[in-house]
Amino acid sequence: MNAENRKILVIGGGMGGLTAALEAAEAGAQVIITEKAPYLGGRVAQLYRYFPKLCPPVCGLEINFRRIKENPQISFYTMAEVTQISGSAGDYEVTVKVNPRYVNDRCVACDACAEACPQWRVNDFNFGLDKTKAAYIPFDMAFPQKYVLDASACSGDCGKKCLEACKYEAIDLDMKPETLKFNVGAIILASGWEPYDAAKIDNLGYGQVANVITNMQMERLAAPNGPTGGKIIRPSDQKPPKKVAFVQCAGSRDENHLPYCSYICCMASLKQATYLREQDPDSEAYIFYIDLRAPGRYEQFLWKVRDDEKVHLIRGKVAKVTQVPGSDNVEIMAEDTATGNKVKMAFDMVVLATGMVPSTKTSPFPLPLSYTPDGFIIQELLPPGVYALGTLKGPLDVMKTNEDATGAALKSLIALGRRS
Amino acid sequence: MEMEKKFGVYLCKGCGIADAIDFESLTKVIKKEGKIQHIQEHDILCSPEGRALIEKDMTQEGINSLVIAACSPRVKYLEFDFPNALVERCNIRELVAWTMEPKAEETQNLAEDYLRMYCARVKKSDLPEPYQTECDKTILVIGGGMAGLSAALEAANDGYQVLLVEKETQLGGYGAKLYRQTPTTYPFTTLQEPVVFKKIQEVQSNPQIRVLTGAAIEKIEGQPGLLDAHINVGGEVEVSRVGAIVLAAGWKPYDATKLTRLGYGLSKDVITNMEMEELAKKGKIVRPSDGKAPEAVAFIQCAGSRDPEHLPYCSDFCCATSLKQALYVRQSNPEAVAYILYKDIRTPGQNELFYKAAQSDPGVMLTKAEVIEVHQGEGGKLVIRAEDTLLGDKVAFEADLVVLATGMVPATLDDPVLNLDYRQGPGLPDLELFNGFADSNFICFPYETRRTAIYAAGAVRQPMTMALAAEDGIGAAMKAIQAVEHVAEGMAVHPRAWDETFPDPFMQRCTSCKRCTEECPFGAIEEDEKGTPFFKINRCRRCGTCMGACPERIVSFKDYSVDIIGSMLKSLDIPELEDEDDENAPYRIISLVCENDAYPALDAVGMHRLRLDPRVRFIPLRCMGSFNMVWVSDALSRGVDGLLLLGCKYGDDYQCHFAKGSELCAYRLTKLSETLDKLGLEADRVQQIQLAISEFDKLPQIVSDFVARIREIGPNPFKEF
Repeated sequence: MNAENRKILVIGGGMGGLTAALEAAEAGAQVIITEKAPYLGGRVAQLYRYFPKLCPPVCGLEINFRRIKENPQISFYTMAEVTQISGSAGDYEVTVKVNPRYVNDRCVACDACAEACPQWRVNDFNFGLDKTKAAYIPFDMAFPQKYVLDASACSGDCGKKCLEACKYEAIDLDMKPETLKFNVGAIILASGWEPYDAAKIDNLGYGQVANVITNMQMERLAAPNGPTGGKIIRPSDQKPPKKVAFVQCAGSRDENHLPYCSYICCMASLKQATYLREQDPDSEAYIFYIDLRAPGRYEQFLWKVRDDEKVHLIRGKVAKVTQVPGSDNVEIMAEDTATGNKVKMAFDMVVLATGMVPSTKTSPFPLPLSYTPDGFIIQELLPPGVYALGTLKGPLDVMKTNEDATGAALKSLIALGRRS
Repeated sequence: MEMEKKFGVYLCKGCGIADAIDFESLTKVIKKEGKIQHIQEHDILCSPEGRALIEKDMTQEGINSLVIAACSPRVKYLEFDFPNALVERCNIRELVAWTMEPKAEETQNLAEDYLRMYCARVKKSDLPEPYQTECDKTILVIGGGMAGLSAALEAANDGYQVLLVEKETQLGGYGAKLYRQTPTTYPFTTLQEPVVFKKIQEVQSNPQIRVLTGAAIEKIEGQPGLLDAHINVGGEVEVSRVGAIVLAAGWKPYDATKLTRLGYGLSKDVITNMEMEELAKKGKIVRPSDGKAPEAVAFIQCAGSRDPEHLPYCSDFCCATSLKQALYVRQSNPEAVAYILYKDIRTPGQNELFYKAAQSDPGVMLTKAEVIEVHQGEGGKLVIRAEDTLLGDKVAFEADLVVLATGMVPATLDDPVLNLDYRQGPGLPDLELFNGFADSNFICFPYETRRTAIYAAGAVRQPMTMALAAEDGIGAAMKAIQAVEHVAEGMAVHPRAWDETFPDPFMQRCTSCKRCTEECPFGAIEEDEKGTPFFKINRCRRCGTCMGACPERIVSFKDYSVDIIGSMLKSLDIPELEDEDDENAPYRIISLVCENDAYPALDAVGMHRLRLDPRVRFIPLRCMGSFNMVWVSDALSRGVDGLLLLGCKYGDDYQCHFAKGSELCAYRLTKLSETLDKLGLEADRVQQIQLAISEFDKLPQIVSDFVARIREIGPNPFKEF
């Protein structure tokens, strides 16, 4: 088997894509990773801690980045989108568009460009909770450790400022999109998921009612490298909230939004209740749920959180989230299905446990794939030599995505082997 | 092969380094104390021009052993990658320029110490030469259920020989005992024929797979690539050589006789979910007691599961299974009604669509209820007494047939299955942490076990459905393949999958104290008849725990040894303290840090430009498990005032990538006072802190607190010697 057709393309450099790429490369394949963001790590990089261990996800990312650094079999492209795929199993030709970063490999991450930069942009890594300069590094542990210019935030000839500030000739304002072509034997689709747009859930007040945030925003609030340096504070007045409600199934299990269960949100809210409780021993968490889904050994995490008397689990679907008049507080109306009573309670902050939407819903692959009405890829109908991972096929947690990714690595190796 | 080393030190002036440090003085130290005369400076060493400078030296001057004093080894890895040369990265950017006051005296001292240490290090290090043995690449799969069949099939499809061992006389496991399967694909509404039979056929017709049924593993000895499995097949024992193992021994249903409260054993008409499958498979669903078709069937969820007195976990498959069996009841008798009594309906992901489909059947009733007991009613009926948790009332249901949704018990709960002939025991360690499941402690690395080249898959690993088990087997097969390929190359497997170094003990000085054999987290060290340890290198993960454990300091890797770190410690300049009460008195503190977690956190301190106390010198360790107590005496006897160890969190939710490293380090420190007493020093001079990679924000305080503590204790009296 020669090296040429032992190539695998992995589209998406989040945890699943990295795992698939590394497992295949460590078994001898040549792997190319393309990632549309300017950094690798995907959603996992935005999480403060994992459930149920409450360990930091960057820990596993760090190991995986080291595996990449040490492995000459892997190459990766950030800010890269796959625009075209032709051919068939064993012989796919892939066109990749690499968008300009305006920063080249000479960048040493010294921050001089950001210091000089006069423009600001909304920080998407922190889900809009703060701003960065238009010349920025996505986060402190970003890999590759390279700055990026957000051209859409630049204005006039302000680019000159960062150009002059950089002593390393790392700024290249003339950088153009680049088109690359690769021949690969197999393709792994690993573009992951997007949080469901909470603003679509009218009755839950996101974007209308102050101090209603999403679960992913909560991750960033709790993270030491997040917008608040790890302090959980509410957006309206930067005060630490004492009483926080978590609204489960915000969009999920709802025919008007997402008819499926998003798998992770129960565990995520239980986990986030521990964030809150750890920061303030007087704080209280209320979790409004339909069913508490802590499958398998996750059950014990549920028990652990439930044992905290300041965590209240209330079986009931939240009907409405409104502003308490004349206050920054938030009122929740729910039906407590355990008692049948209508519940009306005020909170300092509300966290919506929004669900998962496969990324293909907004950015489909240039491949003839079959999707469910909800946008998930139907595995059985994938073209030969093409494999989809984890949350592209259905909502899943990180651990099971990694299992799936490891299996996809083997399936890809087999697809390569068949050709020779 | 031993190369003649020619040394060169390359100093980068970029990223504020030259603004923070005086290079003239630094160069003098390198020449005089580091004893390396070839020194080059560059404004931007990582630039193509900087790299060209180094390359030129390598070709023209024959430089082959380099100290690159620039940024952290975690960045610019391609720029400073010089194949076949020894490269030591001395981090004076994040650890000096970005965290210290520029051009301060102590900043300069710190930078000079780092250069002293890395000049010492490069002299002691060598390039790796891989340890290679013969390597059999056959994959042994234990268990012929869904996970094992998938593992066997895909490993064979990738060209590997597979030996599949099943203890029953038939392949298929519980998957073959089902009447129908819950849907695994869109639209997730219709029940499927069990897919396991097709897999069995594929396995049986694959020439690369040898199947042994009615077979049990009696013993496995050796090491990855050279494992000998002793397999008992119908009383005859055959020995097969294999390279790696997929453990897919599966599960058994929880023993329903322990559920008398729920009526099992009380009436023939209280059955388990597996017994329901048998009934359905026979055709019509009838009551075992009288053969009549039941009109009301009650399913009791969490029969044993989610119960601290029985199974302290959720068995994952039972909710969907009861929904499926409710449909059996309805299909068998459209007049019949199925009640499902549940705590929470758990149909995560797209299984929700199946839940909705089943729920839309008017004859399927779901009630959230805490079942108290089941007893015999009148007229052959069964009565289920429950608390309706929705309404808070005590309620009673009558049913003709009661199905207990019993959960999963892993095969490894009471049987090691593998029967490893390893000094540390026959099964996988850590099982008790996972309720008997052969699970991994790592979310990022779900196949990791503490027995190299042995990977668990399917319901023996975690409670899971059959669809997931099938995929899980493929993942485990991937890991097994990787393991044999790495063993063949003489490389470690995860988490140091690139590493070609290995522990090479100098056995003449071994005293057979066996600490290494006991402490190795991976059971890689055996002992011979005389009790002398010997290393099974193919089981080794290269964490260096043996190196840390050894009181004789005889375990070394080519680029990592007690002597290498010791030489770094001994190279420090220890100034006298003229006025120990001066706030800036030049105390000297060494911090040994885990290179996987604490070290990246230090880099992040640099990225955030936080200040660290300049009196602390950081040295990365492969793992805190490799911490050798002799370093304490090395450092303290030289006059170092204190040692701060930064390792990963330990305990049940340990974060150590080598499982036990930081915990063993902490254990060793409990024996520290003995060593320190001998020296007449305070135990507080050495402290271990658990630090996660994300906790960069805590580091400045941790460091300054430690410095403050050392200042309280006062200077190390050995300084004067």
